[in-house]
Amino acid sequence: MTSDLFTYTLRLADDAAILGQRLGEWCGHAPTLEEDIGLANVALDHIGQARNLYSYAGEVEGAGRDEDQLCFLRKEREFGNCLLVEQPNGDFAQTIARQLFFSAFMLPFWRKLTGSRDETLAAIAAKAEKEAAYHLRHSGEWTIRLGDGTAESRARMQDAIDLLWPYTGELFEVDGVVERLVADGIAVDPETIRDEWHATLRRVCDEATLTLPPVGWMQSGGRSGRHSESFGHLLSEMQYMQRAYPGMRW
Amino acid sequence: MYTQALNARDTEAGAVEDADRVAAFQARVDAEEKIEPNDWMPEGYRKTLVRQISQHAHSEIVGMLPEGNWISRAPTLKRKAALLAKVQDEGGHGLYLYSAAETLGVSREELTEQLLSGKAKYSSIFNYPTLTWADIGAIGWLVDGAAIMNQIPLCRCSFGPYSRAMIRVCKEESFHQRQGYELLLEMVRSSEEQKEMVQDALNRWWWPSLMMFGPSDTDSQHSAQSMAWKIKRFTNDELRQKFVDATVPQAHYLGLTIPDDKLSFNEATGHWEFGEIDWDEFMRVIAGNGPCNRERLAARKKAHADGAWVREAAIAYSRKRADRREAARHAAE
Repeated sequence: MTSDLFTYTLRLADDAAILGQRLGEWCGHAPTLEEDIGLANVALDHIGQARNLYSYAGEVEGAGRDEDQLCFLRKEREFGNCLLVEQPNGDFAQTIARQLFFSAFMLPFWRKLTGSRDETLAAIAAKAEKEAAYHLRHSGEWTIRLGDGTAESRARMQDAIDLLWPYTGELFEVDGVVERLVADGIAVDPETIRDEWHATLRRVCDEATLTLPPVGWMQSGGRSGRHSESFGHLLSEMQYMQRAYPGMRW
Repeated sequence: MYTQALNARDTEAGAVEDADRVAAFQARVDAEEKIEPNDWMPEGYRKTLVRQISQHAHSEIVGMLPEGNWISRAPTLKRKAALLAKVQDEGGHGLYLYSAAETLGVSREELTEQLLSGKAKYSSIFNYPTLTWADIGAIGWLVDGAAIMNQIPLCRCSFGPYSRAMIRVCKEESFHQRQGYELLLEMVRSSEEQKEMVQDALNRWWWPSLMMFGPSDTDSQHSAQSMAWKIKRFTNDELRQKFVDATVPQAHYLGLTIPDDKLSFNEATGHWEFGEIDWDEFMRVIAGNGPCNRERLAARKKAHADGAWVREAAIAYSRKRADRREAARHAAE
């Protein structure tokens, strides 16, 4: 039981940490000053969520690992984040599409998780829900602006949606861990979110004059530690200090 | 400071201005009244402010790059969050300052163009590289510390929008300064290896930090007029001395050595006396030949060019929306 809760919490923490890491790469390089600030803000929210979730995962595990040991001292195959969040930033449209797909899922996800029998997860979810609402608004508005903007921006936004679409299937994957925790009233059954998620995307894409691809073939592997080739590079950069200077206080 | 390149004289001859208006303006400044954007002001006052505020804004924007260099490698999640928040604050300062400059009749686009073309300057400090994590602490402690010395008096600047922007900026800078110092304190207490990293950072950032205050008073051509206009309250050398006096004991508390053989405390004056700044280096970096000048400008240009299609899309979309609203209004009539 403890190990299911640990795995589940850790996957959520990894999702938040890795997306925060990717978003942080934009800082100072965004298309406008407002977006430098906006994307940094979204990154910060995810880093904050990751801290709470890793701390709780460490507590659940009971082996004395803290948030930093869990984030900076695990290896490629031990990370359980979905593949979507680790996808490289690409152009601004790809960053926005990644955020739209993720936040459209996470908003109802966190809302449902506030009803979890696990009080800590419920409390983390209550805070994260407010943040996800902002992230969805931000990415949704940009999707509409880019989709209904110029011919170039429309083409780029459609390409981004098509490119990242196969990574959305993983958001709905259910394995034994999720099944058992759903049965215990601790986890969210992602299937209960699908309709809302799809409706949100359809509404945004309709207004943006964009087309959502058919469901089709989906990528998989992140939850069991099979990541993209780019993921190792992300980790080697993110974990550099803790690897180069082990056991020090910062 | 962030506006240290103000030592060049205006080349254009000033237009002849009504002596009565100039006198009335000066009387208001002398009476410590705030000058607001719609008030009459001498052209030189307006120009000096546009230049100073925009250089300050550009410094905040370029300053995001050396610190942003470590966001992806911050050693802990807490430090990563703090650094992200700090760099985000710098962007916010840039935004306020561009807005303050806009009240003087110059657009953000024009100012950005001046930065990207190399016409406008930004603080020379940001042309130095951040090589280790300790540099992030050193920037907070020294660079933000030096910025505060200059900006606290700017909260009383005669131009209202600038002075009000500075009040908020100073609060945040002072938080950054303490955060940077705390980061270094944690490092020097953790291990000898980390302490060496901190000393190395101080060795590299100390002199460039002193250069942030600009040329010495004997070589600063704008000081007297800026003081009379109450844009400036203290001279470059006065501010530099205040900074040295405040910072030397902080370095000693960290157990560090200031990289200056001539540094000594003068009991009679109560000030720390320090060696001569390498003014050749200062002039060289200001002129574009520092370790990172080309990289910094190239990074800003790349972000601007890569983001052009996004900005164009946002404009196109807002036009379309306005047109549709207009069409809907006509249809309803």
